[in-house]
Amino acid sequence: MTFSFSHLTSALALAAGLAVAPMMANAADAEGIVVYNAQHEALTRAWADGFTKETGINVTIRNGSDMQFANQIVQEGAASPADVYLTENSPGMALVGANKLFAPVDAATLAQVPETFKAADGNWVGVAARSTVFAYDKTKLKEADLPKSMLDLADAKWKGRWGASPAGADFQAIVSALLELKGEDATRAWLKAMKENASFYKGNSVAMKAVNAGEVEGAVIYHYYWFGDQAKTGENSKNVGLHYFKNQDPGAFVSISGGGVLASSQHQKEAQAFLKWITGKGGQAVLRDGDSYEYAVGNGAASNPKLVPLSDLQAPKVEPSKLNSKKVTDLMTEAGLI
Amino acid sequence: MRMPQLTAAPRGRVRHASVVALASIVALLSLVPLGFIVWITIDTGWAEVIALIFRNRVGELLVNTVLLEICTIPLCILLAVSLAWLTERTNIPGARLWSWLAAAPLAVPAFVHSYAWVSLVPGMRGLWSGVLVSVLAYYPFLYLPVAAALRRLDPAIEDAAASLGLGPWRVFFRAILPQLRLAICGGSLLIGLHLLAEYGLYVMIRFDTFSTAIVDQFQSAYNSPAANMLGGVLVFCCLLLLGIEVLVRGNERYARIGSGAARPADRRRLGWFVGPAVVLPVVTAVLALGIPFVTLARWLYLGGTDIWRIDTVGSALLQTIALAIAGGLLATIAATPMAWLSVRAPGRLQRVLEACHYYVGSLPGVVVALALVSITVRLILPLYQTFATLLLAYVLLFLPRAMVGLRASIAQAPVELERAAMALGRTPAQAVRQITMRLAAPGFAASVALVALGITNELTATLMLSPNGTETLATKFWSLTSEIDYVSAAPYAFMMVVLSLPLTLLLYVQSKRTAGQ
Repeated sequence: MTFSFSHLTSALALAAGLAVAPMMANAADAEGIVVYNAQHEALTRAWADGFTKETGINVTIRNGSDMQFANQIVQEGAASPADVYLTENSPGMALVGANKLFAPVDAATLAQVPETFKAADGNWVGVAARSTVFAYDKTKLKEADLPKSMLDLADAKWKGRWGASPAGADFQAIVSALLELKGEDATRAWLKAMKENASFYKGNSVAMKAVNAGEVEGAVIYHYYWFGDQAKTGENSKNVGLHYFKNQDPGAFVSISGGGVLASSQHQKEAQAFLKWITGKGGQAVLRDGDSYEYAVGNGAASNPKLVPLSDLQAPKVEPSKLNSKKVTDLMTEAGLI
Repeated sequence: MRMPQLTAAPRGRVRHASVVALASIVALLSLVPLGFIVWITIDTGWAEVIALIFRNRVGELLVNTVLLEICTIPLCILLAVSLAWLTERTNIPGARLWSWLAAAPLAVPAFVHSYAWVSLVPGMRGLWSGVLVSVLAYYPFLYLPVAAALRRLDPAIEDAAASLGLGPWRVFFRAILPQLRLAICGGSLLIGLHLLAEYGLYVMIRFDTFSTAIVDQFQSAYNSPAANMLGGVLVFCCLLLLGIEVLVRGNERYARIGSGAARPADRRRLGWFVGPAVVLPVVTAVLALGIPFVTLARWLYLGGTDIWRIDTVGSALLQTIALAIAGGLLATIAATPMAWLSVRAPGRLQRVLEACHYYVGSLPGVVVALALVSITVRLILPLYQTFATLLLAYVLLFLPRAMVGLRASIAQAPVELERAAMALGRTPAQAVRQITMRLAAPGFAASVALVALGITNELTATLMLSPNGTETLATKFWSLTSEIDYVSAAPYAFMMVVLSLPLTLLLYVQSKRTAGQ
């Protein structure tokens, strides 16, 4: 047989087919569940591994960001391949909830979490929490120099001195709390001042790194980036201190990471079991013992002892289902931040 | 080598018709992203379109993008032409080594370049950092064609210029440089388009361009009108760049009269200038290769054996290879009808079809991905988040790459052999398969390899379109660097470079071959 071009092509096509086929089979594993994951990959990976070990149910994780997935789920509608949606913050959950795409969370799961950490209508449940902080350069700022309120950062004296990660869901959740607490006009004015005053980073850890490197004096981020870095090498947070705004300030906002089961899921039982597991003993222990440093929210579940206790944070009261993501992205687009 | 063109015989016409049909299907598919943007623009309504496009943020991005282009491209030209001249036309010691090293940075994906720089100089950001890293990552796209063109030049023209009394510098500017214009224009266009499309490089050094802003919008609001309008402006920038290149290139041509081949040019003696001249290739190699390799080696050393987790690194490697081979094959097969037509049946229709094939490859991955996400989720749900859609994106993005290798090798298969085969009783289809396609097989393989190289390092389309559970080297590397976990990201960067090396080698050898050596 002589060598021929078509033989070559078919051989190569076969090889490629053989290589792709197992991936496809793997991706469409009928036995397991698909999680749209906007939480930190490592945390969800730890949850999924623990869950699979205990139940034998496989978990396929797709990584993305809160609002990307929320809008994506709305567009996918009944055809969504996702079974479970996990976020870092609650506005994404509120958006999917408002479109009536969640199945009610099992009562037994809801009972594992206190009232303040879940949707009032029982459509989704809190799985972890995070506190807003002002991460500042200890070598440059004394305690007296720190802003009393997050709103102070709109002042001209803060021009060029602080940073944030506006494209991230974390920061957008803070803005949604601000919107809920202070109204549209105040939020618009604050965002406009932010565009003038702040430096912009891609990601909270990058913003913290910039504070540490002396590029800006402070950044509005969530608490656990600092704890995580301290636990590793401290390389990106040596010079950084954390300032908690407290006093029910918008900057003391505690954001709830949520989990929900999609009504369109073909694996309701497995998906509900997953939520039950991560809000239960095993899942919450991952938060206490692991290196995520997010707050545990389960009834009686302890957070990592290194953290400032949740009860000391004096967070403002915000009804999570009221947090409006569409309005926030519109306002931020208007301010030229995204 | 250019072959006499076939004037379509009546018998050939039937054959052409089916090839034209196939090429038209691919051309129509290529129009899908553009059509989508037009449709979404109409669907959004003019008032909102104007509000979304004529706003300050778009102005800022436009300024950033224009500054990036006008700072980077001239620097790339300067660096590439100087290096090419030194390695091809002077007696610089180690010319061959420097020539290899000048092409080698192509094996390092652009976002790995900026990963290296950012972990070395954590404060790096903004325009000048963007220009620096872009020049180092992309200048080989100019170096390869310019070096090949320099090697091919007929020194007789320079001799004539010198005999008319021009000094060496004026010979260079008046006789050599004009002949490099096509190579410089082509390479600059390629770099310009890459600058528009690049995402990872600029995110890491915090420089906002349209591509980064579109991804920000995507992550904040999925396929919002705002993201699609930014995509529209970006497409406009690409088309503008293509137009500028056509204008600058012009249609002057160069010709030699008479038969025979040009003799190879003499290498200019550098004399006392050797010392300073060597500095340029050395500094370039240190910055474009030394920095990535030292940084990678450092992170790999710090990570030790813990970061080489066979399950995650291994599966990302396998998935990347599978996608690269599948995409490479598909793109090359899709490009074959057009490549064949453009060599064997040139004409007005062929030019239009070919333009469709080329334009789609100049669109940034983020625009193509956004269009395919929106179309599949709204209209063809069964294709949503499937390998089919991801592979389609790869095919569209890398069609021009596939065309390059194919065209050259089909052109080298003489049509006379095909005719002889037909005269000996083969059907036209058999003749093409048994003669032309077999002769073109090396070009086919080169095209597959070129596309595979692109897919190995592709980030945005893979992030946005891949099916659940897909993790390629690029996406794994990206998610780890986003958490500033530079240590764990190192094995993925290392594997990408290793996979890209043989392909870069191939490109280098091919550029030598087209120069007739």
